[in-house]
Amino acid sequence: MSCPAVAYLSTLWTQLSRTMLVVVVYCSLTFSSSCVWGQAHDHGADGQRHKPTQGSLARSSFKLPTGEELVNVLLLRDYNTRVVTFGTILLGITAGLIGVFMLLRKRSLVGDVVSHSALPGIAMAYLIAESVGQSGRSLPVLMIGATIAGFLGVVCTVGIRRYTRVKEDAALALVLSVFFGFGVALFTLIQSLPTGNSAGLNHFIYGNTATMIASDVYVIVIASVVVWISGFFLFKEFKLLCFDQRFAASQGWPVTALDLLLMALVVAVTVIGMQSVGLLLVVAMLIIPAAAARFWSDRLERVALLACALGGLASYFGVILSALFPNLAAGAVIVLTGTAFFVISLLFGWRRGMLQRIWMQMRVRYRVQQHHLLRAVYEVLELVQIESIAEQDESSLIELKQAVSLGQLKQHRAWSKSELARSIHYARRDDLVVDIGSDPNVVRLTKTGRAAARRVVRNHRMWELYLINFADIAPSHVDRDADLIEHVLEPEMIEQLEEIMEQASATMRVPPSPHDVTTEPPNSEGPQ
Amino acid sequence: MTVAYHRRPVIWDIDYNAPAGKLVAIVGPNGAGKSTLIGAALDLVPKASGRVRFFGEKYSSVRARVGYVPQRESVDWDFPVSAIDVVAMGVYRQIGWFWPVGKKHLQIAMDALDRVGMADYAKRQISQLSGGQQQRVFLARALAQDADMYLMDEPFVGVDAATERAIVDILHELRGQGKTALVVHHDLQTVTEYFDDVVLLNMRLVASGPVETVFTADNLRKTYGGKLQLLDQVGHRMTIDEGH
Amino acid sequence: MIFDILEKLGTWDLCDWQTVLIAALAAMACALPGSFLVIRRQSMMGDALSHTVLPGIVIAFLLAAWNGVSYQSNQALFHAFLFSGALVVGIVSAVLTEWVRKQGKVEASAALGVVYASMFALGLLLIRATADSVHIDPECVLYGVLESEVDPFVYFPPAAIINFAMFLVNLVLVVVFFKELRISAFDPALATTLGINARWIHYGLMAVTAATIVMAFRSVGSILVIAMLIAPPTTAYLLTDRLERMIGISLAVAAGCALLGHVIALTLPFFILAPLGFAAKGSANTAGSMAIAAGIFFVAAMLFAPQHGVLMKILVRRRLQIKIACDDILGTIYRWEETHGDAITPQNWIVENAIDVGSSTPRKTFRQLVRQGDIIEQHGGFRLSASGRSRAKELIRSHRLWEAYMAKHFELPDDHLHDMAHRVEHFIDPEIRQQLIDELDQPETDPHGKQIPPE
Repeated sequence: MSCPAVAYLSTLWTQLSRTMLVVVVYCSLTFSSSCVWGQAHDHGADGQRHKPTQGSLARSSFKLPTGEELVNVLLLRDYNTRVVTFGTILLGITAGLIGVFMLLRKRSLVGDVVSHSALPGIAMAYLIAESVGQSGRSLPVLMIGATIAGFLGVVCTVGIRRYTRVKEDAALALVLSVFFGFGVALFTLIQSLPTGNSAGLNHFIYGNTATMIASDVYVIVIASVVVWISGFFLFKEFKLLCFDQRFAASQGWPVTALDLLLMALVVAVTVIGMQSVGLLLVVAMLIIPAAAARFWSDRLERVALLACALGGLASYFGVILSALFPNLAAGAVIVLTGTAFFVISLLFGWRRGMLQRIWMQMRVRYRVQQHHLLRAVYEVLELVQIESIAEQDESSLIELKQAVSLGQLKQHRAWSKSELARSIHYARRDDLVVDIGSDPNVVRLTKTGRAAARRVVRNHRMWELYLINFADIAPSHVDRDADLIEHVLEPEMIEQLEEIMEQASATMRVPPSPHDVTTEPPNSEGPQ
Repeated sequence: MTVAYHRRPVIWDIDYNAPAGKLVAIVGPNGAGKSTLIGAALDLVPKASGRVRFFGEKYSSVRARVGYVPQRESVDWDFPVSAIDVVAMGVYRQIGWFWPVGKKHLQIAMDALDRVGMADYAKRQISQLSGGQQQRVFLARALAQDADMYLMDEPFVGVDAATERAIVDILHELRGQGKTALVVHHDLQTVTEYFDDVVLLNMRLVASGPVETVFTADNLRKTYGGKLQLLDQVGHRMTIDEGH
Repeated sequence: MIFDILEKLGTWDLCDWQTVLIAALAAMACALPGSFLVIRRQSMMGDALSHTVLPGIVIAFLLAAWNGVSYQSNQALFHAFLFSGALVVGIVSAVLTEWVRKQGKVEASAALGVVYASMFALGLLLIRATADSVHIDPECVLYGVLESEVDPFVYFPPAAIINFAMFLVNLVLVVVFFKELRISAFDPALATTLGINARWIHYGLMAVTAATIVMAFRSVGSILVIAMLIAPPTTAYLLTDRLERMIGISLAVAAGCALLGHVIALTLPFFILAPLGFAAKGSANTAGSMAIAAGIFFVAAMLFAPQHGVLMKILVRRRLQIKIACDDILGTIYRWEETHGDAITPQNWIVENAIDVGSSTPRKTFRQLVRQGDIIEQHGGFRLSASGRSRAKELIRSHRLWEAYMAKHFELPDDHLHDMAHRVEHFIDPEIRQQLIDELDQPETDPHGKQIPPE
């Protein structure tokens, strides 16, 4: 069955125009401000707080990278870029994997709590390390602090939910903001220390891939590998936990322990993620690739793999773009690339994207319109012929070779002239009706059209009888395509219905079962 | 056993022995504690007092011999798994930790799907299945375990006639094999037709036993004739805290 | 250390009062929309908005600078830019989230996360990229510039006046739309049937929250504002069941956070730096300390709230346990007296037969009962006093009536009845006993044949 391109596009346009408007507004906000970009220079952490001044906005174009720079970056010739790319891609992949489980658990925002709660941990770790004479900037130390604090944040959230009547969302927001505020306050204390220029620590908040060094990457590698191994070996356990926790518990799986382990993995990923995109954005790496991947597949394994791939890709693009345009913050670009993937997936996703849904809806509508036309033709002819048939001979077929005028059809059913014309047009194209002579307002059914019309009317009337007589169990069938009724009802029930039809009045005349028409296999798309 | 929520009894001390090799219906009005009963038996809900034994043992030692079919609405059917993935979850315990699902186990799952008539739908994503088909998938998951006893929570709700027929046939098949089934049932019309025994529950055991003797108008009136006010009042006084 | 703290606090002056005033007004202005976010279970939406306003702020700054308006040159117009930027952003965020959720069939919290994280990333990008033309210090946006808003030369610095105006506007809005807000929070469907458009209320609330966040970001920063949006109302939620009181308490808590927060800011070096061996100089950021203060208030409410507090519940439970143990002993002694006449009940017999008394508490319970005057200790045993006997009779009466009741309605073997009745007897008061008597039609004996003592 084919769809005319024009009609498809026009309906598509009306559907999409609304949504496009929203996207356009969003993008224009971005681009309108981007056209006033000034000369690039990194805003140093000089600690000065500037009041916004009245600047002259010289519209200098931003510097495009030279060809050589481009090649250098893309081929990862630079050691630093290599290191950073490697580490960031690892993070993207790992966050994508865990993000899928969090998405399915409907707990996507827990990552936000973990990342915000980690801040005081970092600050305290720094202070304690410095006070015992160690360097406070060593990454493992800070990450330990972040892990402990992040975990503590989650524990507090769970505790608040269990022991008070505060609801989940308020508990999350509360823990997040109190811990984060504590962290901020500690940071300002650190600034007042002679050793403490918190510039380095700021990188945890905004992410700064530029200063990533090899030893940092080792930590990232180890943590990533741990997460991957857990995710791989416990894949079916996590799958079961996310799908049916009750059944899992009844089977003896240690549900609480698994849940805690998943939380621990989230904490681990968040702590690694702070390296590249920064604490405030790491939640994006958990949510966005996973949500984007969901549109492309209905199998958990594929969704997980795709989420890893998208996460890695977004990281890669982010780092590359940031290397080419130094005034673009890497973390932000990574997240925005991920968002671009998300929007593309939402629109064009194979399994659950908008376009796919719209396509399905259009197919169904098309078929329904076709059926309405065929039934209308049948019923018009029936009305004309029924008067001339003396007795109720149910074996006599309604003669469908007669011609029917558009006027008759229009009267029979409440549709507009253009709707009718369109239906006739499609039917003509599908070889169901032909014109008679030169008069475009009179048509008759073709051979295929006749068979189709009989089938449609029969199904329709069986369906009506079924609803009337068996209404109490009908609702569970409502989502089935009417064409499949013969496959849905049991043989005994069909016999009963046929008996009832024999007793029905002449107006409910139904053509006999079209045994010569091959029955279609079960509809493979299923209900929407 | 007694099951309480925040110290307020939802099941007031029932003492019941399920007869082996029979199909038992558990009926009662909404909020009577039917699902809680199953939950407490499976250690999913803590008991305030009393104990539950399966084949004379604690549930944790004989889990493999007990199959559970939860309510269909307890799960988000939008999850990205196929029908056979769900059925395979029934054999995860046999597979054990860390190992993935192997061919042997997939075959077991396939056989179970075949038994419920869903073999053609094995690769179908579960959100594309109708209510009856989803219920059959849940049933297949329990069948894959090859248990000796089955606990089912309202398996006939919202299913079509063909599925209801199929499930009843499987239940009778199980009974023929000497297995036991405890089924929370919502439709009083079909109790006598489908089941051998019945348990009438309304926060307490009203009556239990063979359908012919126990399923009487008198007992039904006692079960469905409204809550016992006093139970409610006393229970309210016993509630200790609200939590959330 | 105490002296150092007191000394530091002794330097409290007008600037400190101004800081507290500005912060308190900002916090109270936030608590108003925040209360409704909390009861509508949209707290994370508040979190999202606090992130999404960042690009709005930056764009507003840019547009203002483009038009030659700056904070110094034209305050009112500048704030108008900020304000409208915020409104637009607030509504856009809400719309985008709804769109992603509906069209993409994405789960609600994930949709929220996608929208706010990407908009925040956009904001960060813009800040860094436009650093040349518009000097916005990301830290000042995120953490607030409270300290630099004070003006020692006036009583009420301009920031205070702005925050006060914001607070007034929010207060007026809340008062005027109170009914609508309340209904649409608890039952949007009902609200729609009453002619109140729940969606408009939703978007309106988002817009007001965004505007409040943007105005408050100067004081508390756009991230920390979420503490002021959510924490005081959540604390109030634990303390009362009525919406009007909840809003009132949250305003009080918000102001308290400002005061306590500033105190913490001044004294935090003493608590954190000094113990670690650093010199306790300087002070912490007030905005962050306000979040700490909010946390402290919440924990206090959680523990000590009169109805729902954790400690309260523990106390109630303990008291109940003691009462049950006492009752149990009285009941046991009565049963001995029933079979052995008016003799003294030996102590070990009591301990053996009283079920609810654990092995560790009998002595305490005996002491309690003696103190209450219900039992008298004699020759290694106990006997009931007059008051004790009447209490015991009541208990036994409840117990046996309940057994009779259960025998009538439950299908239970007789030996099960005692345990259940034993648990329940403590909760049966005279009113219930009367209902039992009526229901059972004046029974004389319980299912075991024992006599039911008269009232």
